[in-house]
Amino acid sequence: MGMRSVAVIGIGKTAFGAFPDRDLRSLAVEAGEKCLTDAHVSPSEVEAFYLGNFAGPAFVDQNHIAPYVASALGISGVPCTRIEAACASSGAALFQAVSAVGAGLYDLVLVDGVEKMTSRPTAQVAEILAGAGDCSGEVLVGATFPALFAMIARRHMYQYGTTREMLAAVAVKNHANGAKNPLAHMRKPITMEQALAGKPVSDPLTVFDCSLISDGAAAVLVAPLERAREFTRNPVKVLGIAQTSDSVALDTKEDITTFRAVRLAAEKAYKMAGVTAGDIEFAELHDCFTIAEIIATEDLGFAPRGGGGRYALEGRTCLRGERPVNASGGLKSKGHPVGATGTGQICDVVTQIRGDAGELQVSRHSIGLAQNLGGSGATAVVTILAGA
Amino acid sequence: MSAIVYTETVVHMAPERFVSEAPYQIAIVTLDEGGRRTVRIAGQRVQIGDAVEFVEERNGIPFYRKRD
Repeated sequence: MGMRSVAVIGIGKTAFGAFPDRDLRSLAVEAGEKCLTDAHVSPSEVEAFYLGNFAGPAFVDQNHIAPYVASALGISGVPCTRIEAACASSGAALFQAVSAVGAGLYDLVLVDGVEKMTSRPTAQVAEILAGAGDCSGEVLVGATFPALFAMIARRHMYQYGTTREMLAAVAVKNHANGAKNPLAHMRKPITMEQALAGKPVSDPLTVFDCSLISDGAAAVLVAPLERAREFTRNPVKVLGIAQTSDSVALDTKEDITTFRAVRLAAEKAYKMAGVTAGDIEFAELHDCFTIAEIIATEDLGFAPRGGGGRYALEGRTCLRGERPVNASGGLKSKGHPVGATGTGQICDVVTQIRGDAGELQVSRHSIGLAQNLGGSGATAVVTILAGA
Repeated sequence: MSAIVYTETVVHMAPERFVSEAPYQIAIVTLDEGGRRTVRIAGQRVQIGDAVEFVEERNGIPFYRKRD
């Protein structure tokens, strides 16, 4: 099927962090307004609105969130739909938007992502997040998300000799980057010694292996590439995008040291873009846990299978390394407001491609990739972007 | 019913409903009859490769322990 080329013509995000005096709607509206302003588009021109949000109903007792946010943005009368795919909610929302614009249904589509998490105590947040797992099995037994990724890490260590130092190298790198990101939740560099001595969360993962519980929102405006320059001087082309799925429960996967959905999404996105892993100059990867970034570098073909830990430890993914990963600080340091993470990654990749990343600007920035993961790999979205 | 530990973790920061039980160990085990399940480990801690056996089900949670 023929499909129109699609471009990102606007981005906007809030700071990520713990904001006791901000509610879900005000965060989503701030990101949406910044995005519309960036694209020089008025709310009345928006033809459809997709909102990525994982658990608004559980975190803030609000349902029907898409029109609730859209109307506050001045968008009305058009389809407004919430998309839920755990931590890949706004990646999945972007996939819907690009598909719709590509198919010619609409020209201007706003994708927002939001989560308001810090109004609940940590044990309750853990409980709500666990709802992205299989509640009739693993969650019933007492698994949290850190526990699921801890079991993935244990198996990766057993099969491939991955070490605690390799996990810690990811944390140290992402904290070093995030310390320079004015919108990051935790702007604090950490040392290897600190990372290794973190308080245990779920063995072998410590607090320094886990991303943060954050509030925040991020928005992206997409349009047909052929119209992009009507709105902006620096459109960014969606070269490839794919969303894939797998079973939810970790114990149903044959090999938990790899995410089948990510490998499939990468394969499809590379094919659509007409590129290979070697062409990707930098990436924003879903480091909900340090082990997840290591596995992502393998599943995307940056590092050999089982070699992701060594790849990180050797510094190849550092800001000045051969292929910078998570120059933004990643979920680890930037923060992980679940529903905002996917669109947040797109904002970060677009900022790099535009050359607007300041101190965190990577040297080669013509083609970048974002990988967004839902749960323990039941949803994956891979997006490849390039300057247009 | 016996099984082999495929992977495991000790949960220190538990979800709300299990806070009073932490730290506790959970594992994904490969069942002798085929397939895997996620279980709670009773008693002694286990590692990948250990043989374990079914003990009982409590509140819908299957408990396994290390085989001697």
